[in-house]
Amino acid sequence: MLTFVAPMAKADWFALNMTRGITDISNEVFELHMLIFWICVAIGVAVFSVMFYSIYAHTKKKNPVPAKFHENHKLEIAWTIIPFLILIAMAVPASKTLVKIYDDTAGDINIQVTGYQWKWQYQYLEDDISFFANLSTDLDEIYNLVPKGENYLQEVDEMVVIPAGKKIRFLITANDVIHSWWLPAFAIKQDAIPGFVNTAWTIVEEPGIYRGRCTELCGKNHGFMPIVVKVVEQDEYDEWVLNKRNEAIKLAELTTKDWTAQELVSRGQEIYDVNCVACHQVSGQGITGIFPALAGSDIVMNDKERNIEILMEGVQGAAMNSFSYLSEVELASVITYTRQSWGNAEKGDGEIVIPKDIVDYKEPKI
Amino acid sequence: MSAVIENHHEDHDHGPAKGITRWLYTTNHKDIGTLYLWFSFAMFLIGGAMAMIIRAELFQPGMQIVEPEFYNQMITLHGLIMIFGGVMPAFVGLANWLVPMMIGAPDMALPRMNNLSFWILPFAFLILLSSLFMEGGAPNFGWTFYAPLSTTYAPPSVTFFIFSVHIMGASSIMGAINVVVTIMNMRAPGVGLMKMPLFVWSWLITAYLLIAVMPVLAGAVTMMLMDIHFGTSFFNAAGGGDPVLFQHIFWFFGHPEVYIMILPAFGIVSHIIETFSRKQLFGYSSMVWAMLSIAILSFVVWAHHMFTVGLPLAAEIFFMWATMLIAVPTGVKVFNWVATMFRGSLTFETPMLFAIAFVVLFTIGGLSGLMLAIVPADFQYHDTYFVVAHFHYVLVPGAIFSIMAAVYYWIPKWSGNMYDERLGKLHFWLSFVGVNVTFFPQHFIGLAGMPRRYPDYSLQFADWNMVSSVGAFLFGFSQLLFLFIVLKTVMGGKKATSQVWDGARGLEWTVASPAPYHTFSTPPKVD
Repeated sequence: MLTFVAPMAKADWFALNMTRGITDISNEVFELHMLIFWICVAIGVAVFSVMFYSIYAHTKKKNPVPAKFHENHKLEIAWTIIPFLILIAMAVPASKTLVKIYDDTAGDINIQVTGYQWKWQYQYLEDDISFFANLSTDLDEIYNLVPKGENYLQEVDEMVVIPAGKKIRFLITANDVIHSWWLPAFAIKQDAIPGFVNTAWTIVEEPGIYRGRCTELCGKNHGFMPIVVKVVEQDEYDEWVLNKRNEAIKLAELTTKDWTAQELVSRGQEIYDVNCVACHQVSGQGITGIFPALAGSDIVMNDKERNIEILMEGVQGAAMNSFSYLSEVELASVITYTRQSWGNAEKGDGEIVIPKDIVDYKEPKI
Repeated sequence: MSAVIENHHEDHDHGPAKGITRWLYTTNHKDIGTLYLWFSFAMFLIGGAMAMIIRAELFQPGMQIVEPEFYNQMITLHGLIMIFGGVMPAFVGLANWLVPMMIGAPDMALPRMNNLSFWILPFAFLILLSSLFMEGGAPNFGWTFYAPLSTTYAPPSVTFFIFSVHIMGASSIMGAINVVVTIMNMRAPGVGLMKMPLFVWSWLITAYLLIAVMPVLAGAVTMMLMDIHFGTSFFNAAGGGDPVLFQHIFWFFGHPEVYIMILPAFGIVSHIIETFSRKQLFGYSSMVWAMLSIAILSFVVWAHHMFTVGLPLAAEIFFMWATMLIAVPTGVKVFNWVATMFRGSLTFETPMLFAIAFVVLFTIGGLSGLMLAIVPADFQYHDTYFVVAHFHYVLVPGAIFSIMAAVYYWIPKWSGNMYDERLGKLHFWLSFVGVNVTFFPQHFIGLAGMPRRYPDYSLQFADWNMVSSVGAFLFGFSQLLFLFIVLKTVMGGKKATSQVWDGARGLEWTVASPAPYHTFSTPPKVD
């Protein structure tokens, strides 16, 4: 079972402390952390040295007759007041930093971050860009069948790209359960809560790739929805925005193309592997009692209308959410994939769903 | 007159009933105390076995032993069982054994309710554990069961979980009322409030906390039940509800709950340090006032568990300052313990070793708690292994070490036999090393950026996770030695005197060892 032990790329015995991060705020947070850490060390050393002195010097052997004292009002008042003053000395700078963090004026670029089970959606509000970031680590690495890569569990299929030197504001929310968007290098951790929009902001001067994680238990794949942000210079950012827009136009054109079942199935499998496999499993068998099987499901085999409806609207009171945020092509191909796989086509009506069906579904119904 | 009392006394001077009915029908505080203690020991081993599964999975990166789905069930049950099945019943068991003997009362005030409050507990945990075998598995949303993960997205077994939490709550509330009524009404003449042993004080305060907050927990799970089965939307944003409301309610229960699990420990440790320092406890009245302040403050700090949910700035600042304030009375307690030891005449029997380790390691947990109160820094600590390290430091070498210290300290009184001192010390050192090797590296893992409740992790966290797992196995398997020592003591050993420890004070040391089935049928004389 343990034959494929992870090759320890490098020992990390020295990964002992908080990251200093790369923003002004993260530096301030780091300084606060170190300040209070050293205060705690000092308190600990003072208290424990008195205690260890007693343990050493006041044993029954060395001090057979114990002292009689059992109170001392001056001492007691002193050790109530002094800690109080130390606490104020810690709380004042902490409050000041907090006020800075709570500046929630609009950014130069505003990005809505939405947590899903188990991926993040990023919508650039000004530029009309939207995409999902999924874990890109291979399942075989997770199950120890192949050696683990350098960025094991902290790599995604699409990074968030932001320009250096601009104020970026994140508007953080969730679609299903509570998630939490954490990027240590920016010292940002904000819970993503359905029905709420929390804000966080940053200005990063240094281009680079920064990695973070989901920090609120959100179900089975909580540990498998990392965050990767790529900070680039302004001109590179502009180019990226242009590319993303062109991509969107090309995707829209695909809706009118004539699709064969085979094309839809092969495209659908990719989408299934990213969006559906966590619950419904590779085998389409789901997990008994929580996630229904798609293989042999009557809806998937025989009821095309309901099948589309479930994908578009979700199932109320269950873990199945609406996937209407996928494109028409993606929806049609993933539905077709499930209707053609695991013997469903042979046992059911074998009908495929084309992008046009989804477009029709979206038409206002009168 | 005296003859009448003598006769009356004789009538009741019988031993326990024979066979299983002794335990089923008993209304004797000592029997019920024993039942609670064995029950909590069983739960401690079950919850511990789950911790072993968790640490085995985290031994190295990659999924090896369990699936993420099952991993989440393990962390959830581990937390619930250790808190509601391990620590809390152990303290109730100690209260049952000790409170009546310490205040010179013949029994608890409400003995039949006492029987009921114990005997519903095994059913609560049978229901909870049976959920492991249900379709969809056991609760998998963490012991904090945040909605909507625990409502809309929960496995069907959540309904059984809610039922079992209700039973646990009923048991705790009954136990707490019993303690309050006993202490308020049944103290022997001369035992004034400010003369009560600190363990009794700590439990009086704990009992009031329990009565105040267990109904809040019951309210939270009932609202969940309504959301799941009756179409309400308390916690469902889509229906106009508020997922953050759940966290406010939960932590309004949850923070006092933390002190419910540590105040009795303060009482125990005060007695043990006093005994083995052979010197009167320093600052008795400031100890009482410190516990009262901690208890009152515990109601105004709950949102420090929620600094990242997007509270308004004013709320963040209020809860930061209020939380830091708790460090003052807690500090007073630590200083008092150190001052009690200072210029005492110290010996280091097993209970004292556990008590000293308690003071040192609980203080470390307290100091990391102070760090967590600093909101901007908490944005980096929150929900990482730093938090896991923090609360395990206050709960394992805190609450659990105090319980072990109490068992070693009072078991001669309970069983009439001395425990094996050499084995006791071995158990202490194995536990002490195990606990620190397990939890100290978790500070590093957390600061380096590993979130809690992760079944798998990136490679930079691998080294210290492996160390932590090794420590956990050492700590875990050492507890089998504890079981062995307790069994060996109960079955025989050197006979204990009534005084047991030369420096011990208090009414429980005036009765024979083992304590007779009925003690203080006539109240003792206390000056």
